[in-house]
Amino acid sequence: MSEKVKVRIDGEVLTATTGQTILEVARANNTYIPALCYMEGLSAVGACRLCMVEISGVGKLQPACTTPVQEGLAVVTASPQLEAYRKIALELLFAERNHVCAVCVSSGHCELQTLAQDHGVTHVRYPYGYPRLAVDTSHPRYVLDHNRCILCSRCVRACAEIEGAHVWDFAGRGIRSMLVSELSRPWGEATTCTSCGKCVQACPTGAMAEKGWGVEEMTKQRSVVSRLSSMREGE
Amino acid sequence: MMDRPTIGTCWLDGCSGCHMSLLDIDEGVVAVLRKADIVFGPLVDAQEWPEGVDVAVVEGAISSQDDLRLAQTARARSSVVVALGDCAVTGNVPAMRNGIPTRKLLERIYVEGATDQPQIPTEGVPALLKQAQPLHQSIRVDVHVPGCPPKPNAILTVLSDLLEGREPDLGSRLRFG
Repeated sequence: MSEKVKVRIDGEVLTATTGQTILEVARANNTYIPALCYMEGLSAVGACRLCMVEISGVGKLQPACTTPVQEGLAVVTASPQLEAYRKIALELLFAERNHVCAVCVSSGHCELQTLAQDHGVTHVRYPYGYPRLAVDTSHPRYVLDHNRCILCSRCVRACAEIEGAHVWDFAGRGIRSMLVSELSRPWGEATTCTSCGKCVQACPTGAMAEKGWGVEEMTKQRSVVSRLSSMREGE
Repeated sequence: MMDRPTIGTCWLDGCSGCHMSLLDIDEGVVAVLRKADIVFGPLVDAQEWPEGVDVAVVEGAISSQDDLRLAQTARARSSVVVALGDCAVTGNVPAMRNGIPTRKLLERIYVEGATDQPQIPTEGVPALLKQAQPLHQSIRVDVHVPGCPPKPNAILTVLSDLLEGREPDLGSRLRFG
């Protein structure tokens, strides 16, 4: 049985339901917490570390997207410390792969780019990795550019949880982690792919796009995945 | 007259688009030139970066020995260094070669890619560095103005702020790409 609890977010006392996460409660009450790997309607994984918040009585920062609320919880969602860590997280995402906004289909519609600008990231303080990464153009309608992938796994979850196909997963570990379709087959040869395009719509950057678009031209309907999920609730 | 602030600009590994955007501040040029003189760069014909420049505006990534030398000179002889545009700030398009060994890259373009006189040019061109790097990897940078190119009003804001002694703040004008 879910029950009502009282939590404090940035000083404001809010009523929430047990089972809800801090991020869900905050967003339901118009408190913005930045996040890249979170997508409404998909399971939460706490991968991007942008939604880190301070919880009173807890010595370390916790991801708001995977931390459930409980009675009396007091949370701070914005502080100089959190701002500093969020900037570091964003800069490290840029440093890890080749995010060249100037020649990206998603420039102007990219969640990573927008968050960097909103958080005042003027440059990346860490050395860039400049890895050599492939672009998979084998699918007739879509393209996967590993240079722009931030390993948020929104495509993996959209495909597995909403489409039920589970084409995508990760291979390798750490900085060598790579998004793979099926058992590392080219996307175009993946027999389980239904070509529904939910992964493309869920992708926050230009890592997945429809073919045929030029720089800045790929806009995504990110609400598609969340809407499908909410329509299925209670089934 | 002696106290007039000076601006130097230079163009390393970039496309000159940032300098085009600088010119694109339209009548803002008049406002800037009322307060300062441009003493070096592609827009004027001085041969040597002068001593005692107040604001250095640098477009482009550091890609060659010459880029590195000019960036270091600009840094040593200027009070404030502005990295102008994505190439200077992030490496951008010039840095897309960074995963490829320089020798292989040159062979691919000047030997395999050439139909007439295939050879790697060595005379009159500076040696390429192993990678194209953002400015702040080699010299201290005081102000970063990303954008490909940065919007004219972003450039004008930063120049006006610097010439009037304010800390530049791009605010909502901050933009990559």
